[in-house]
Amino acid sequence: MSNYARITGITVEAYDTKTIEFQWDEKARPGQFAMAWVPGMEEIPMSLSKIGRIKSITVKNIGESTNRLHQLTIGDTLRLRGPYGSGYDLKKGVKYLVVGGGIGVASVLPVIKETGADTIIGARTDKDIILYDQAHRYASDIWISTDDGSRGFHGNAVELMREKCDENRYDCVIACGPEAMLYHLYKACEDLGLDCQMSLERHMKCGAGLCGCCMIDDQRVCKDGPVFNKEQLSGMTEFGVSKRDTCGRLVKFG
Amino acid sequence: MTLETSVGRIELERPGMVASGIMGETGPSMARMIASGAGAVVTKSIGAEPKAGYPNPCFTEIKSGYVNAMGLPNPGIELFADEMRIAVAAGPVIGSVYGADADEFAMLAGRMEDYGAAAVELNLSCPHAKGYGMELGTDPEGVKQIVVAVKGAVDIPVWAKLTPNTRSIADIGLAVQEAGGDAVVAINTLKAMVISPEMRKPVLSNKFGGLSGPAVRAVGVRAVYDLYTTVDIPIVGVGGVTDAHDALQYIMAGAAAFQVGSAVAKGGPDVFDEINKGLERFMMDYGYKSISEMIGVANE
Repeated sequence: MSNYARITGITVEAYDTKTIEFQWDEKARPGQFAMAWVPGMEEIPMSLSKIGRIKSITVKNIGESTNRLHQLTIGDTLRLRGPYGSGYDLKKGVKYLVVGGGIGVASVLPVIKETGADTIIGARTDKDIILYDQAHRYASDIWISTDDGSRGFHGNAVELMREKCDENRYDCVIACGPEAMLYHLYKACEDLGLDCQMSLERHMKCGAGLCGCCMIDDQRVCKDGPVFNKEQLSGMTEFGVSKRDTCGRLVKFG
Repeated sequence: MTLETSVGRIELERPGMVASGIMGETGPSMARMIASGAGAVVTKSIGAEPKAGYPNPCFTEIKSGYVNAMGLPNPGIELFADEMRIAVAAGPVIGSVYGADADEFAMLAGRMEDYGAAAVELNLSCPHAKGYGMELGTDPEGVKQIVVAVKGAVDIPVWAKLTPNTRSIADIGLAVQEAGGDAVVAINTLKAMVISPEMRKPVLSNKFGGLSGPAVRAVGVRAVYDLYTTVDIPIVGVGGVTDAHDALQYIMAGAAAFQVGSAVAKGGPDVFDEINKGLERFMMDYGYKSISEMIGVANE
């Protein structure tokens, strides 16, 4: 159901990213999302970066709608639908490696909190790294990769993941980030014989599993996903290859 | 005992179809719905050109249903060939089309026939698309012209999906019958609005939209009952079917088959399997051997 939440806190995470906190009493699992809206923007799906009684979304300002969210201040009201989606399937006794790329760290932060798993945060540059302090507080071990080498490992998160999998034993990789990163991460998991769960993204309209606008092959990202396991990913022909636009046309990734 | 039924010359192994607008935009999603127990799937309404639809929010949940104004997003009839190829291989597909006039409807229906659609469903009832749907579907003369044009263009059965947002749905049904239409489908969503007091605004970007789900079921059942007393062509019932008991209301009101839409959100694609099992249990308990024995019995 839809709900309204007053904003109780705003944290600047990076030059282009803010976390917006609010009290929202719905129960949520790691990896779930909400459809967020205020007048003057398009309603958009946002991963929950906190899932307790106080919840949050972490917003990278990339367009008109996210810009509208960035204008909000403490005390403003946010409309939320959800929480929607499957979320990550977390089990005791499984050794996870969490990988968050760019704004994708928002989706995996609750996993780090719940499992204390080793974590890789990947970003383009030092100034694009978000949520490091929070992740650092809960992760057993945490490493950073930057594309330009301005902080941590010089290279991408997948290269760093391969390195860490040489040094340590993991059972399952949990990841959210750009689809190109996820696709190569999935390929690495195949090579290394690791299980994985990945949170994917497509253009959503209803968010509730009805309209079929956010399909990847025959899977609804909003309801069957957004988190898909290795078996589901292995059956997808569109993963890393193409997506549907707002008209439902299949478009290849550039 | 059998769940087989027929809508005119269309024979269905199972009486429940996926309603238009639900999981009907891509080939793989339609194939999945058929594999999940739907007797057929009705496509998203397809127009002549690609259309993005209205900006979000275009959908919201209310206590007993949903209100949406998607704005007919679709990839256009040209590209839809790729989706139809995949869907048609999985089972019966009813091609839903919307046009601005009779000629456009006829062209689109012809393409759907080329793509292998088992029948075509004319969207004369979408309540929120300017110049389309309900704006054409509330005038019996206009409806007649469209159905006549489409009948002249295709050999597959022509179904007309009707709006409840009109003075008399039976009059529109009669117009479809007089024009040679093969079946009527009732009902589309009820024109509706949701306002956010917190934001002091309508929630949907289009302001108004269409109400679906359990909230509209009793309206739909009444509409089918009215149509059954008025027309002789088969009726397909749709609106708020969530389980076998709901489906039976439509069948006993006069529907030869039914469609399921909103219930896919909560029940998932498996809702069809559940409904099929429920129908079999009911027929066993009450001694019915076929769907046809139950059609319209509430009118007797």
